[in-house]
Amino acid sequence: MRSSVIVFPGSNCDRDIAVALQRMQFKNKMIWHKETSLPKSDLIVIPGGFSYGDYLRSGAIAGKSLIINEVIKAAKSGCLILGICNGFQILTETGMLKGTLLRNKNLKFINRDVNIRVMNNKTRFTSKYKLNQVLNLNIAHNEGNYYTDSNHLEQLKKDNLIAFKYSDSNGNTDDKFNPNGAIENIAGIFNDKKNILGMMPHPERMVDELISNSDGINLFSSLLD
Amino acid sequence: MKFSVTVTLKKNVLDPQGKVVENTLKNLGMLNLKSIRQGKFFEIEIEEKNEEVAKKKVNEMCIKLLVNLIIEDYKIDIVK
Repeated sequence: MRSSVIVFPGSNCDRDIAVALQRMQFKNKMIWHKETSLPKSDLIVIPGGFSYGDYLRSGAIAGKSLIINEVIKAAKSGCLILGICNGFQILTETGMLKGTLLRNKNLKFINRDVNIRVMNNKTRFTSKYKLNQVLNLNIAHNEGNYYTDSNHLEQLKKDNLIAFKYSDSNGNTDDKFNPNGAIENIAGIFNDKKNILGMMPHPERMVDELISNSDGINLFSSLLD
Repeated sequence: MKFSVTVTLKKNVLDPQGKVVENTLKNLGMLNLKSIRQGKFFEIEIEEKNEEVAKKKVNEMCIKLLVNLIIEDYKIDIVK
């Protein structure tokens, strides 16, 4: 399985995701944003961080970078795309995923471990998880408050495109367990073909029992199937 | 030719920063203050003599980059 990690000025989770991918036996390459072509990839990851210092809006400038045109082309031909945190924000800015990420409702940068519930395990990204399994993953963001219009929200629900929802450790998705104000507790979504996943929590930070837990591993092992 | 572009969050989108500024001003005694929405402001200078053509270009800039149309409204004014 060949993967490419796109690196922007201000990306800061690019090495973490590279370590996670290599540990899972992906043949990974780091791709600088000024490149105009991509190596043949089965998976492209847009990592977390603060691309371009979050100027204008989080992900806005990266969303218009040279390499993004290649990512869009690859996505159209069915390549798997994973956007984590700032990567999710970039995917919405390009229009590859609908909706947007607003400032957290409490106006604070939130960095803590949260529970999320797996809402759909019949996808290339989540097949190794059980349906409704609760994962404990880290979030670290200022703009994670997912928002979309009511038509798209209906489509997300109808077509089972919600990947993860914030919950408690039993999987309750009550608003009480919503850290950032995201609509319907949404923590991650798929595009309609389910080859693109955008998520605010960081699975790459949860691949090693020594420093955290291993709840993120199955996302990568799902991709290897 | 110079333009100013004002970008604000749509009315139905929560503006927590505006809310905090509003509350702070009320705490400072501005009791007749009704509401505040915070936004962004761009000054754009463009090499073009035809006003209509220039305005079209600025509009394109808004749609392509400056504005997130899902959550933001914008207003273009010419600066004389």
